[in-house]
Amino acid sequence: MRGIEISLNQTQKIRLQRALKQLESLYLRANFNASVTVADTIPVSNEDTILKGHGTSERDGEVVATLCGVVERVNKLVYVRTLRARYKPEIGDIIVGRVVEVAQKRWKLEINFSQDAVLMLSSMNLPDGIQRRRTALDELNMRSIFEENDVVCGEVRNFQNDGGIQLQARSQKYGKLEKGQLLTIPPYLVKRQKHHFHHLEQYGVDLILGCNGFIWVGEHVDARDCIVEDQLNNTEQQFTKSNTTKEMPLETRRSICQIANAIRVLSILGFNVTLEVILETIDLSSTLNLGIDEMLGPEFHVLVAEREAERRTSMTKRKG
Amino acid sequence: MEFVNPEGLRLDGRRPMEMRQLRAQIGAVAKADGSAVFEMGNTKVIAAVYGPREVQNRSQQINDQALVRCEYSMANFSTGDRRRKPKGDSTNIACENAIFGCTNHWFMFVMCFVMANESIRRRSTEISLVIRQTMEECILTNLMPRSQIDIYVQVLQADGGTRSACINAATLALADAGIPMRDLVTSCSAGFLNSTPLLDLNYVEDSAGGPDVTVGILPKLDKVTLLQMDAKLPIDTFENVMQLAVEGCKAIANYIREVSFAREYQTAGVSTWLVVHKKGIRAHIQAPTLAWLLLDFQLSSHHLKLVAYTGVATS
Repeated sequence: MRGIEISLNQTQKIRLQRALKQLESLYLRANFNASVTVADTIPVSNEDTILKGHGTSERDGEVVATLCGVVERVNKLVYVRTLRARYKPEIGDIIVGRVVEVAQKRWKLEINFSQDAVLMLSSMNLPDGIQRRRTALDELNMRSIFEENDVVCGEVRNFQNDGGIQLQARSQKYGKLEKGQLLTIPPYLVKRQKHHFHHLEQYGVDLILGCNGFIWVGEHVDARDCIVEDQLNNTEQQFTKSNTTKEMPLETRRSICQIANAIRVLSILGFNVTLEVILETIDLSSTLNLGIDEMLGPEFHVLVAEREAERRTSMTKRKG
Repeated sequence: MEFVNPEGLRLDGRRPMEMRQLRAQIGAVAKADGSAVFEMGNTKVIAAVYGPREVQNRSQQINDQALVRCEYSMANFSTGDRRRKPKGDSTNIACENAIFGCTNHWFMFVMCFVMANESIRRRSTEISLVIRQTMEECILTNLMPRSQIDIYVQVLQADGGTRSACINAATLALADAGIPMRDLVTSCSAGFLNSTPLLDLNYVEDSAGGPDVTVGILPKLDKVTLLQMDAKLPIDTFENVMQLAVEGCKAIANYIREVSFAREYQTAGVSTWLVVHKKGIRAHIQAPTLAWLLLDFQLSSHHLKLVAYTGVATS
């Protein structure tokens, strides 16, 4: 855990420690001796040849880790998966980023990677929805699509020769995100899944779990598909309409904050952030009748940790 | 002055080959990619690592490797006697001088300040460079082309050996940031006073004017990455002193590995925060004498006053 130091009283401290110890012991049972630090030797059997993956190097015939992390073995491949590092992109990942620069025919996005990602003007749908060559005029109007500091959702398209990545936003679900909160959590807490876009109907909220650890919680927008049809008829009108922001109801604002706080608690405790866990955390807070601000208090952190420990214990029991 | 008394104890009660108490905490800065606090006795250093990230100044970008930058600074309250603030204060006075046309005497006063600040700045630039070169040596920069890694180290309490403490803190912070490295560099200093080699000098011993050998090593590879000395020593004595410093480095390496392993292990299990305490690590097995220096901060109206107490206890 990093960041917020929660001020716990003595009993809370003991309870939290007990819950975390429990979680740790479960982990110990599952993967024995898998953690390594820099320059540790990774034990490999000499009989079969192995492939050295990320975070490893060879020294005097031994495989040595160059990172702190967990050793993973897939058939012949041995690599070290680091936990608290920056995002490592893979093609097809859904990510959320922030525009830092509008350049020639492209936007530069900050995505928590070692370089800024590139979103080409040609690899995204134009607001009018027509497929055509991008003209010089489109290039001049790039700021009407995304400006600096806009939050944008996209997909990793491919790697460039220099190690940078290109994004695409060639679908209605991608694009600019408005009216909501952007949360940044360590990327290892977000697992790659089938769905990263979630519409929480009971709250009227959209949740995007970006693989790069940027999470978007915002008001639900279902009009992205309709816009295209509408805009074909009256582009002008649509443009003015999207600019005049409709007031968001207080209820939605509340639920956005509630969901965001649930994710904050989970990331502070260092639990994986998935839809089910988030929903369970929200349920827990509403059954306890906690205010949204009280969710970031010490008591709730302890409760979430205890419940997670319970959940994982029952899961392992069922397996065993 | 007597730095080692007839009983073989130093000013703060340590044996000549005994190190000060080590303490490390990973994850002290929330917004940084990696961070650590490292303490050697009363020397306390905080390090934060940002990156690998996009290069801020395009002209500095290197196409086949990462750019490593380092900034070292000392907090104003870190030393016993509080120094004036480097830039703001003196320039203000200088400006006032220019405006009011002060006497010659005043002008001299200002010049003294500026010169003192100049020397501080030169010192910190030098240490920044030393830390940068040491870290660059162990980071696998070729794996992160066209990016930049920033290391910020700040001394919170200075009591000798800040250079070593900074390097140790930076190593931990880099490991925390998940940056690939050849090995965990560690550093330790040793000196030679009263014809005795002394490990891990504190401020009083450091300012005695004797030789101060700072060594940085890659413990697993058994290679030296840093060696600094500001005095003359006979070659056979130097070998002894350096050997002592290397032993110290190895002891620190063991501790650092322990801390980063525990941290990694816990993150993997539940991902939680970690504070590890450990009492006096010794390079050589010595009589179990533990000494400590208690620093008491007394906040007076305008400045922090440091009052030091020494005590010796047998465990």
